[in-house]
Amino acid sequence: MCFQHQSDSSYEGAWRLPKKDAIEVEGEVVLPLPNAMFKVRLENGHEVLAHISGKLRQNFIRILPGDTVRVELSPYDLTRGRITYRMR
Amino acid sequence: MGMPSRAAMVTIKRPDEIAQMRHAGLILVDVLDALRDALRPGVTTGELDRIADDIIARAGAVPSFKGYGANPPFPGSICASINDEVVHGIPSRKRHIREGDVVSLDVGCIWQGWHADCARTWSLGPAPRPVQELIDATRRGMEAGIAAARPGYRLGDVGAAIEAVAHEHGYGIVRPFVGHGIGQSMHEDPQVPNYGRSGTGLRIEAGMCFAIEPMFNLGRDDVVMLRDGWTVVTADGSLSAHFENTIAVTDGEPQVLTQP
Repeated sequence: MCFQHQSDSSYEGAWRLPKKDAIEVEGEVVLPLPNAMFKVRLENGHEVLAHISGKLRQNFIRILPGDTVRVELSPYDLTRGRITYRMR
Repeated sequence: MGMPSRAAMVTIKRPDEIAQMRHAGLILVDVLDALRDALRPGVTTGELDRIADDIIARAGAVPSFKGYGANPPFPGSICASINDEVVHGIPSRKRHIREGDVVSLDVGCIWQGWHADCARTWSLGPAPRPVQELIDATRRGMEAGIAAARPGYRLGDVGAAIEAVAHEHGYGIVRPFVGHGIGQSMHEDPQVPNYGRSGTGLRIEAGMCFAIEPMFNLGRDDVVMLRDGWTVVTADGSLSAHFENTIAVTDGEPQVLTQP
């Protein structure tokens, strides 16, 4: 069994891999921006720029500050994401 | 996990102590032989874990992974990591291995208080050439690292040797997880990264014992831990291979404790 050299918390818990390349995290919507973009604060404290996914838009689901949402992040740019689900 | 960050205190093992570790290592050789024989499409990683448990118990030893760590303590005697899983896959009766899977099995045991730790990667069925090359290169990386573990050399030489093999092929090197000293604990000083600069680091002396364990990815270096608190996967979903041997440094060739 390997020893884990870094205790960097970004490796733990907060991330989960869905089938695609993206990394799924949960966060809280901090504020809305123009063009259906939102600033979302993630569990690990990072704030990302996320846009509403087409599915949510199609179904007229509103996202407001304070909502807890699931965000998909690209492994190539961890500061951008797509809001894919609004939690209850 | 209790490894101090100040100057490493590395213990030197006596020949009779190394002999105990050798005994543990030979048990692991038996375990991995049996697991390799048991690898067939449809077998579950939970069954493999059970096989390992049986052999270790019948040999009069104790599995070193079971109950190790926290959040949660590791539940198995083996780590079973498939495809894009790098290390520390938790064995489960619901996890079936399929034809074409790249399976890494890691096992450790304690004999009379002395540890050994060993891992191998296999492909189920004939592997496409790039996959077989990854597996072979990872093994060669381990062998190159072991060859550099001699008195007068430094830990940076070991890491540099492993890194060089990965660079030959452009494989990603897993950095947050490292090899380690081993003896009366599974993880002792020093840390043995799979990368390094020649001529730097701890001076290696006869009697030191290390677990050298390169992990190479077909894609990029980066890895991510899953929510189970243990399983490590490649961030880009690429395949990963892992090999590990426990060795004792001698005045001559390093003694590999976990091979026949």
